[in-house]
Amino acid sequence: MSLRIVVTVKYVPDATGDRHFADDLTVDRDDVDGLLSELDEYAVEQALQISENSDDDVEITVLTVGPEDAKDALRKALSMGADKAIHVEDDDLHGTDAIGTSLVLAKAIEKAGYDLVLCGMASTDGVMGVVPALLAERLGVPQVTLLSEVAVQDGTVTGRRDGDAASEQLQASLPAVVSVTDQSGEARYPSFKGIMAAKKKPVQSWDLSDLDLEADEVGLAGAWTKVEAATERPARSAGTIVKDEGEGGKQLAAFLASQKFI
Amino acid sequence: MAEVLVYVDHADGAVRKPTLELLTLARRIGEPVAVALGNGAADTAGVLAEHGAVKVLTHEAAEYADYLVVPKVDALQAAAAQVSPVAVLVPSSAEGKEIAARLALRLGSGILTDAVDLEAGDEGPVATQSVFAAAYTTRSRVSRGTPVITVKPNSAAVEPAPAAGAVEALSVTFSDKARGTQVVSRTPRESTGRPELTEAAIVVSGGRGVNGAENFALIEALADSLGAAVGASRAAVDAGWYPHTNQVGQTGKSVSPQLYIASGISGAIQHRAGMQTSKTIVAVNKDAEAPIFDLVDYGVVGDLFDVVPQLTEEINTRKG
Ligand SMILES: Cc1cc2nc3c(=O)[nH]c(=O)nc-3n(C[C@H](O)[C@H](O)[C@H](O)COP(=O)(O)OP(=O)(O)OC[C@H]3O[C@@H](n4cnc5c(N)ncnc54)[C@H](O)[C@@H]3O)c2cc1C
Ligand SMILES: Cc1cc2nc3c(=O)[nH]c(=O)nc-3n(C[C@H](O)[C@H](O)[C@H](O)COP(=O)(O)OP(=O)(O)OC[C@H]3O[C@@H](n4cnc5c(N)ncnc54)[C@H](O)[C@@H]3O)c2cc1C
Repeated sequence: MSLRIVVTVKYVPDATGDRHFADDLTVDRDDVDGLLSELDEYAVEQALQISENSDDDVEITVLTVGPEDAKDALRKALSMGADKAIHVEDDDLHGTDAIGTSLVLAKAIEKAGYDLVLCGMASTDGVMGVVPALLAERLGVPQVTLLSEVAVQDGTVTGRRDGDAASEQLQASLPAVVSVTDQSGEARYPSFKGIMAAKKKPVQSWDLSDLDLEADEVGLAGAWTKVEAATERPARSAGTIVKDEGEGGKQLAAFLASQKFI
Repeated sequence: MAEVLVYVDHADGAVRKPTLELLTLARRIGEPVAVALGNGAADTAGVLAEHGAVKVLTHEAAEYADYLVVPKVDALQAAAAQVSPVAVLVPSSAEGKEIAARLALRLGSGILTDAVDLEAGDEGPVATQSVFAAAYTTRSRVSRGTPVITVKPNSAAVEPAPAAGAVEALSVTFSDKARGTQVVSRTPRESTGRPELTEAAIVVSGGRGVNGAENFALIEALADSLGAAVGASRAAVDAGWYPHTNQVGQTGKSVSPQLYIASGISGAIQHRAGMQTSKTIVAVNKDAEAPIFDLVDYGVVGDLFDVVPQLTEEINTRKG
């Protein structure tokens, strides 16, 4: 048996950099370095572990929708151990919203062929946490999301979802869409060998016409949401900082009382 | 008047506070029609009516507990078909966002997540979002279909606004995908007796500086003196000192309380992403250069093992 895993990975501006919006209110990608969204490394890791624990013939494809530089995210995932990569890139994709992104990803996943789609819990820039659910809806397959533990066996995926009120054990048949949290297990670092091997792994590039999509279905113009304004949050006004000379706790209590918290 | 669908988050009929906040926001846009699903759905009507629900659509079925997300999407879709709302509001929990996203796709609508404010606009409701770890505030709207918007806890005040709250049974036919993902078993979380982290008015958090699970008793004692919820940084959670459900930050809970007290937390961007919109921020840290001090209204440079117990004692004394 074979198991085809597609891992969706996003290329994002570094969260520790100074992130801004461009004039058209999309993410300014010029001033900040981009990288593979750290939370998607967990998805790549789980794909690799599923492969290592499986008797099946497992093929791991990493898929990204993003600008030219998004190839860096694919390279990183390949160097961790994925087998091949698909890059959906098209100028008309600029400014695509979540609904549009899920459309492009779903088309590409179907074209690639899949038994299991693995996603991160959320991107580190948009942070919506909705794309996996949207993919399940579009592909018409079970959604098994936000897992902190996942296993695949005999065409069934099982896992643990830790919610606010309860921890749930979930089960569904493949094909399915799974997302994993940062509690699912540390992602491995690419080895030197992995980095060298990644250079020879195939990266396919698809544009909208390869996916039978029209320009007006995606991008800023095709978006079903509109950002009207983005303003930098004013720096918080400088607070009072005291050094504890033995009375720090009492001084803090006095502050809290002055603010009516006590 | 135009009707606004509000998805009710409840536990066996006990309505969670964020839903009541949604009713406050919904009333700015139209007349709230609540949708309550699953065990105890009808029991929600009283409190929803007190807070402005003109109607409460209810449906009880085992599917809501036995299968993930999709049965609830089916029900909301049925409610939307019946009511033709001008917007659908859903609390921004992890599940709430998933439900909202699938609903939006089915309705042919755009979706906005994690709104922190909402107001009526000429071209439909305008949502305020706090993005890039709260470095930016955006104002957005849905430009196609019925706006589907998820709203973060503590985004509005709970306001009494008595309305009819007439209970109506919602008729739901589950789709063939509804039973796709089975919930095989469920282990409820043990209640700590403290307020829910995302809903609490005060959050007291500890980080790596707390230096051990047993020392979290200091943080808990401070929290209890203030009636607060307890939070933790990822460093403290990863070290196994405190449960992941209490993690504050990008991959934990996002909180926006009246008061946030951080002890032994440096203030990394991923932690700030989850607490930067708190109204008042206080920190105790022995390193005067810690980035958390850039955010504070009041900071104490000192050893938390001295400052925190003294603070707790002083609060308890002042309370008498
Ligand atoms: C600050 C900000 C706010 C935004 N707010 C909204 C909004 O309210 N409504 C809206 O419709 N759009 C919004 N967008 C746009 C939206 O972020 C993008 O369309 C995005 O591709 C999908 O949402 P996400 O990044 O939040 O993904 P999430 O749903 O958080 O991502 C979950 C997982 O989906 C996969 N994934 C997501 N995007 C890609 C991709 N491009 N390629 C491969 N895999 C991917 C990854 O596995 C990821 O871990 C916003 C963007 C930004 C930067
Ligand atoms: C993708 C991603 C997601 C992440 N998500 C989260 C998240 O959700 N939440 C989160 O918190 N982090 C998150 N992180 C981790 C984050 O980057 C930081 O590593 C983490 O917040 C550090 O926790 P800390 O402040 O407790 O520890 P440290 O950064 O080690 O800081 C400890 C602080 O305690 C002080 N201290 C030590 N001893 C004492 C004492 N006795 N008295 C007073 N002060 C003392 C020190 O001066 C120091 O400032 C994420 C990281 C990544 C890459």
